[in-house]
Amino acid sequence: MPQRRHTVSAITDGDVRKLELIANTIREDILTMLVAAGSGHSAGPLGMADIFTALYFHILHHDPRRPQWLERDRLFLSNGHIVPVRYATMAHAGYFPKSELKTLRKFGSRLQGHPEMHFLPGLENTSGPLGDGSSQAVGTAYVAKMDGSPWHTYCIMSDGELECGITWEAALFAARNQLNNLTWIIDRNNIQIDGYTEDIMPLEPLHDKFAAFGWNVLEIDGHNIRDIINACDRGESTWEAPTVIIAHTIPGKGVSFMECEPSWHGKPPKDKKELGAALKELRTLGGKISNETL
Amino acid sequence: MVVPSAKLTKELFSKTIKAEPTRNGFGKGLIEAGKRSDAVVALCADLSESTRVLDFKNTFPNRFIQMGVSEQSLAAIAAGMALAGKIPFIASYAAFSPGRNWEQIRTTGCLQNVNLKIVGAHAGVSVGPDGATHQMTEDIALMRVLPNMTVLVPCDAIEAEKATIAAAEINGPVYIRLGRESTPIFTTEKSPFQIGKAQVLTKGNDVAIIACGPLVHEALKAARDLEKSGIEARVINCASIKPLDTETIMKAAKECGAIVTVEEAQIAGGMGSAICELLSEECPTPVIRIGMQDEFGQSGTPDELLEHYHLTAPWIVKAAKHILKKK
Repeated sequence: MPQRRHTVSAITDGDVRKLELIANTIREDILTMLVAAGSGHSAGPLGMADIFTALYFHILHHDPRRPQWLERDRLFLSNGHIVPVRYATMAHAGYFPKSELKTLRKFGSRLQGHPEMHFLPGLENTSGPLGDGSSQAVGTAYVAKMDGSPWHTYCIMSDGELECGITWEAALFAARNQLNNLTWIIDRNNIQIDGYTEDIMPLEPLHDKFAAFGWNVLEIDGHNIRDIINACDRGESTWEAPTVIIAHTIPGKGVSFMECEPSWHGKPPKDKKELGAALKELRTLGGKISNETL
Repeated sequence: MVVPSAKLTKELFSKTIKAEPTRNGFGKGLIEAGKRSDAVVALCADLSESTRVLDFKNTFPNRFIQMGVSEQSLAAIAAGMALAGKIPFIASYAAFSPGRNWEQIRTTGCLQNVNLKIVGAHAGVSVGPDGATHQMTEDIALMRVLPNMTVLVPCDAIEAEKATIAAAEINGPVYIRLGRESTPIFTTEKSPFQIGKAQVLTKGNDVAIIACGPLVHEALKAARDLEKSGIEARVINCASIKPLDTETIMKAAKECGAIVTVEEAQIAGGMGSAICELLSEECPTPVIRIGMQDEFGQSGTPDELLEHYHLTAPWIVKAAKHILKKK
């Protein structure tokens, strides 16, 4: 029986601009929550704001009022350390009040330092130890295919975690089982904690590696909303293989002194002054416009 | 000597007692669990014949998933299946699962508290000729320490079948430890089994022998031999190491005043440790732990190895007599 499947709808130019503005606001929230928390990762969450916005505000079939809705698309997060971007996006999408964002990493908060599914409805998985989330997404996609369910499974993952052996175990499995209802989105930002990925453990040619593993491989500009949506649409329309989207992103995107700088991988702005400088850049779109409220 | 309610076989000490590996019981139990619930699926890391998942595969081909030699993704992919509503059993040798994939079991199985059932075959030194790499003796300690985990060590094939069915019917992660060798089937279909309960098999107030796995039969033989010396031993089958049956163990400690624990695993962190942790806080009692004494196994026949590492009935008798002097 052919599998009934969700589809990704087309997007207008006006909607693209709306999503870009939402992503920018999410970046501001990320930095504000990190400073309130006093610890956490800056670069990854900023770099992934456009992708999370496109997913939650256009691509995913989901309902913030029914986080356990059985036919929702599943969005796994494998590199749990970038969860501030997920929290901020979920708050904007209506999963919980934005005021709760400032509780990130604090005792009693639903917003654990690394995501814990039992703390916050709407998280598909608990993650932090790298490599586990992508395998779980594979397991969930396998079940959907087995049961003929229409939903699609996405997994956001980092480039650094491609160094984990389990990632390639799962890649072999997903291709062998032709999991065309699965899309991995790799945050190809080229940095990890100790430096640049290509210095630490070269991953290139990454496209060829996944192609050799039998995956449908797409490469996109991870800050181009239309590119992101089109690639996810292609992933959901593929019939014979799982899809991997290698999303080239700028770590720390939107804040000039954080961009492409590995030292910002694992730390927040150190004080209100540094936060103010970062927010000013975001609120003026890099100095291109003035904003009287600053 | 034998408690009637334990419903043990009449062939208990007969040379013709039927023997089968505990993994065979798992194979049967898995099929029964599969019949009872469509959600039961089985994943195997290239060992479907020797872990006895093969019969499930033949019965429910669409619910069997071949993973290849990939123990880490075996656990995590199965956890992902559990998140989507399945009850996955993952089977491999205990040395590899949970030996190699402990972190995946911790994070995706236990922290997420999903229906991940881990089946570790070929545990203990009685694996025999394969040698130390394949003789898993640290698994009880590795699994017992994990929050949300249930740890079961069935004593024979019949109990392994019951444990498998019971594991499928409770929510949350479960570890089931199995052996490779044929070992006596001394319980019967009517013998009680319940997760969280230990079963008293023999009457006695002089010393308690608490054992798990196929070595429970050695404990029974030891009790028979002790009886000849006028010592009445209470043998307890502690198949459920977590949750531990604190009531039955405390009662034995109070009434017997001396305990020998017996397991085919490292004494550090194993069943004996669990019992010592309980008793040292609640009812300090002299204990001798029989098990692997901080060393690895080696090649040999199962009998040679059990003897070499002092895991057989005569060594249990010796330990029991020794501990009696400390009462």
